[in-house]
Amino acid sequence: MHLIIAYIRPERLNDVKQALVQRQILKISVTNALGCGDEQSYHEKYRGADVEVDLTPRVRLEIAVNEAYVAKTIEGIVEGGRTGEDGRGSDGKIFVLALEDCVRISTGARGDDAIG
Amino acid sequence: MTPDDVAYLVHNLWILVAAALVFVMHLGFATLEAGLTRAKNTVNILFKNVGIVAIGLLTYAVVGFNLMYPTDAHPWIVDGVLGSFAPAGPAEGGQSIAYNGKYTYWTDFIFQGLFAATAATIVSGAVAERVKIGPFLVFSAIYVAIVYPIVGSWKWGTGWLDSFRGVGFYDFAGSTLVHSVGGWGALAGVIVLGPRLGKYVKTNGSTLIRPIMGHSMPHATIGMFLLWFGWYGFNGGSVLSADPASVSLVFVTTSLAAAAGIAGAMATSWLVQKQPDLTMVLNGALAGLVGITAGADVIPVWSAVLVGLVAGVLVVLAVVTIDRAGLDDPVGAISVHLVCGVWGTLAVGIFAPGKDFVAQLVGVGSIGATCFASALAIFVVLRMTVGVRVSREDELAGLDRSEHGMEAYAGFQFFRTQ
Repeated sequence: MHLIIAYIRPERLNDVKQALVQRQILKISVTNALGCGDEQSYHEKYRGADVEVDLTPRVRLEIAVNEAYVAKTIEGIVEGGRTGEDGRGSDGKIFVLALEDCVRISTGARGDDAIG
Repeated sequence: MTPDDVAYLVHNLWILVAAALVFVMHLGFATLEAGLTRAKNTVNILFKNVGIVAIGLLTYAVVGFNLMYPTDAHPWIVDGVLGSFAPAGPAEGGQSIAYNGKYTYWTDFIFQGLFAATAATIVSGAVAERVKIGPFLVFSAIYVAIVYPIVGSWKWGTGWLDSFRGVGFYDFAGSTLVHSVGGWGALAGVIVLGPRLGKYVKTNGSTLIRPIMGHSMPHATIGMFLLWFGWYGFNGGSVLSADPASVSLVFVTTSLAAAAGIAGAMATSWLVQKQPDLTMVLNGALAGLVGITAGADVIPVWSAVLVGLVAGVLVVLAVVTIDRAGLDDPVGAISVHLVCGVWGTLAVGIFAPGKDFVAQLVGVGSIGATCFASALAIFVVLRMTVGVRVSREDELAGLDRSEHGMEAYAGFQFFRTQ
């Protein structure tokens, strides 16, 4: 079992979801996040003063999957999340973590059965 | 003081109070439009609403008032069709009873000037979330400075429609002259701009409509109530005196039509959508108000209920139909102001005694054709020169960030995924 955490551009969420659904990965969690990575900061203005925004809005995905789905999940996120634009900053990152256990609250099922 | 002086005092005061109520409608438009659009575009929509009040009032002072209401000092250039281009300013008696016995020149100016600004503000909701701020303000300035007063003069400035076929075209407070004028501008803008990204999704050859939800129903609701509140001045002040008989009737027809509009929209949305939709009943109240505006002083009370009810049904069907036609109107401005503006104007020919249905039809058609053609021309020229739509990246990031570099909800987190 693995937990896949990905930070993507907010506007790519729809494409990522579609790419994941096509690969039969239907269970995901989505939260808002702010981050700074390779992307350049951008500037806002407030009452005449310049504001440098170095924390960019991002969306964080958490997807727990069985071994067989790890590669497919990564593939889906990359396919949906990549903009192919250079110089406009990062498209985000994917982290893959080993997952010790998983419990389904409604049934008490554990491990691989609980994830699927 | 003589009784005439007292009457003058009361008439003048009522029109000024009514003008202030019309002013409040701008707050209503601002909150309604902000509520029905996404959080990433809120600064932009508020900015447009603030800008338009300034544009509306200033252009009305520079050319609008004289263009719309030709006088001996500033007569028609083309009789009954085109007034003269001159800044506002009284010949004499601008601040006295001599102007017309009921109110002063400047009272008249400020009441009509705030009306002009409402016509322009209708467009802003329909083109929201994708229009470039600069070209939009240019469009608004041209439209409200030139087009609005010229078509307005045909009726309210005693132009050719006022005496058409003897009885004349009738539009009490502007179902056509204000609301349809705004509605036609909105339709032209929506056609030229195209839909927002993600609204229509093509999958397997068929097009799916994906609703883009507004971010604050409390704001939208406050907006509806403020607009209704302001409408007491919009319609009540259009009596152009404090005549108790007329003003009281207008208050009742206006209120009942709005209430019936809610009822009609509620019933329709419940039947069509299976669940009652708040945004539809907000549109329904406004639909009833727009519908009764043309005949608020001449339509009998029970007919006013019917006018509002039909408007409430119409607006829901129009929102759904316009959506399916590929015209993306985020706040329903076309359905409320154009569809129900036309309905209300024709309703005068049906329900008001002594009015001429053909004249109503000709008024709707001639003003509609002029406004739509002008608005389309302005938008197309802007598109060919400076462009009217923001880039794909800017639209996705939100117009607050791309057009203004500023956030409406700094320190808050919300989803920017749509």
